[in-house]
Amino acid sequence: MKFAGLVWSNLKRRKLRTALTVLSVLVAFLLFGFLGAIKQALVGGVEMADATRLIVRHRVSIVQLLPVAYEARITRIPGVVSISPQTWFNGIYQDPKNFFASMPVAPASFFDMYPELALPAAQMQAWQATRTGAVVGRALSDRFGWKIGDRVPLVSPIWPKAGASETWDFEVVGIFDATKKGFDTSAFYFRQDYFDEARQNGKGTIGWYTVRIDNPANSAAVAKAINLEFENSPAETKAESEGAFAQGFVQQFGDIAVIVTAILAAVFFTILLVAGNTMAQSVRERTSELGVLKAIGFSNEHVLSIVIAESLLIAALGGVLGLGFALLIVAAAAPALATYLPGFFLPAKNLVAGAGLIVVLGLVAGILPALTAMRLRIAEALRRSA
Amino acid sequence: MSNDNNEVLVDVQGVDRVFRRGSEEIHVLQKLDLQVRRGEFLALMGPSGSGKSTLLNLIGGLDRPSSGTVAIGGERIDGLNDRQLAAWRARHVGLVFQFYNLLPVLNAQRNVELPLLLTSLSAAQRRDHAVAALEIVGLKDRNSSFPTQLSGGEQQRVGIARAIVTDPTILLCDEPTGDLDQKSGDEILSLLQALNREQGKTIIMVTHDPHASARASRTVYLNKGRLLAEKPE
Repeated sequence: MKFAGLVWSNLKRRKLRTALTVLSVLVAFLLFGFLGAIKQALVGGVEMADATRLIVRHRVSIVQLLPVAYEARITRIPGVVSISPQTWFNGIYQDPKNFFASMPVAPASFFDMYPELALPAAQMQAWQATRTGAVVGRALSDRFGWKIGDRVPLVSPIWPKAGASETWDFEVVGIFDATKKGFDTSAFYFRQDYFDEARQNGKGTIGWYTVRIDNPANSAAVAKAINLEFENSPAETKAESEGAFAQGFVQQFGDIAVIVTAILAAVFFTILLVAGNTMAQSVRERTSELGVLKAIGFSNEHVLSIVIAESLLIAALGGVLGLGFALLIVAAAAPALATYLPGFFLPAKNLVAGAGLIVVLGLVAGILPALTAMRLRIAEALRRSA
Repeated sequence: MSNDNNEVLVDVQGVDRVFRRGSEEIHVLQKLDLQVRRGEFLALMGPSGSGKSTLLNLIGGLDRPSSGTVAIGGERIDGLNDRQLAAWRARHVGLVFQFYNLLPVLNAQRNVELPLLLTSLSAAQRRDHAVAALEIVGLKDRNSSFPTQLSGGEQQRVGIARAIVTDPTILLCDEPTGDLDQKSGDEILSLLQALNREQGKTIIMVTHDPHASARASRTVYLNKGRLLAEKPE
């Protein structure tokens, strides 16, 4: 700490250069935070996946449907605790740009299956009492300003309604919240029995089943048993863990983690050069001063530490500010993005990784200039001041 | 280290200093012997390239001889490693440079405090010592001034305050008046003389200036890396 004043004074020597370097580090960490939040939103489903849940879909594709009769057969397979069906509805509200996920589900089994979602008991009762009732996530209700009692008409290009009207009319009877940070609350759920009764075609089928198993260690075995159960049937199944299913879904966009890592690697490599150049210039400019410090008794290790400390301080100033701004921006943007990028937030693990990156950036940018400073020969350094 | 005034404080024996430039060997100092007694004010004169500053660097532990021995207060320093030499310099040597070599980003007081950062003194003690050293050199009121706000003479006074703030065993001055006008130079020489006479500081001063060397208690001459028996014509 005795040398803190000296380190700080050295950084103030060229205020503009230091400020610009700090700014470039800041931008890098802002990007780090922002891209981290986007990655979290895109791959968060994989991380949120429950190891005791399996997804059972048609072997060919999720677009192909499974018979409702499978529910009873799957329930009988050893290791299966409970089951809940869902179907992709693709509802459109007023305009196709108003996209959100909408699915028919079995109310009780659905909320049992997803304890990450919480619906007040009274609203659950209201839903079970209202055939055309729907429950909407908090983010979705905020997006459209829906409240309980509102009527929401949806049109589905996949599922035309039987009868004269194409429009599916729903009444909002509940608004659910997430009990786990980052869990999606941008979806719209309505009753499977109403859906099955009112649709023109596909009666007796569903999109996929979510299955709760007794032990995550048995995941592969139970999935295999489910697939065997329906082998050689007209609708063979593909059962896989929820994580694997989510991973497959995300990979439709490409490998997000690799893309984000590649962008950040390029940014940080550039910033490393910028910060390293600043430190190298700084050391070159004060060769004679470093010679004086060594002449009056500062050891090689002292000089090395002082230069490294300057580099770390630049990285810390830029990094902490960058991560701080990223936190603020992500927090401010999250409500507006909640339905497009549910789970858009900066996880604590990214902040820890950011702190680690600050230290690494500071050390790597400072090490070569610091070694140069450490190896300065005193007599030679002092001659340069003459 | 004892304080006997007849004691040989600096004992340089058979010192060679050879620099290499490509395949060429340059013998800057050759079989040089020099003794300086505690409390002496020695002027080291000679033409450019005679080896004055090299000798000063060897005595101050800033460089090591190619052969021969350097002992200060009976302690051999020619065999110390870099870390030991740095610690030794911090305890025993005060350095005054021709171009002052103050850190421009620090004010006068904090420049003077620099060597004290290597001690166990508290921040308040460091400040007190620095103020006392600035008072000795007559700059107590300029402690918050930065080097660019000080004249050359004042900067050199700060440089001297920095050199004496740790109460070193020996004060080494490399052309301390070389960058000053005559009046400022005289003031600096008077200050060094006072430190020698009143505080018993042992001073070795490299200079080209006969006027400066006249203030010393003894003058030795170097030429081509050797000490001369008497002043050259």
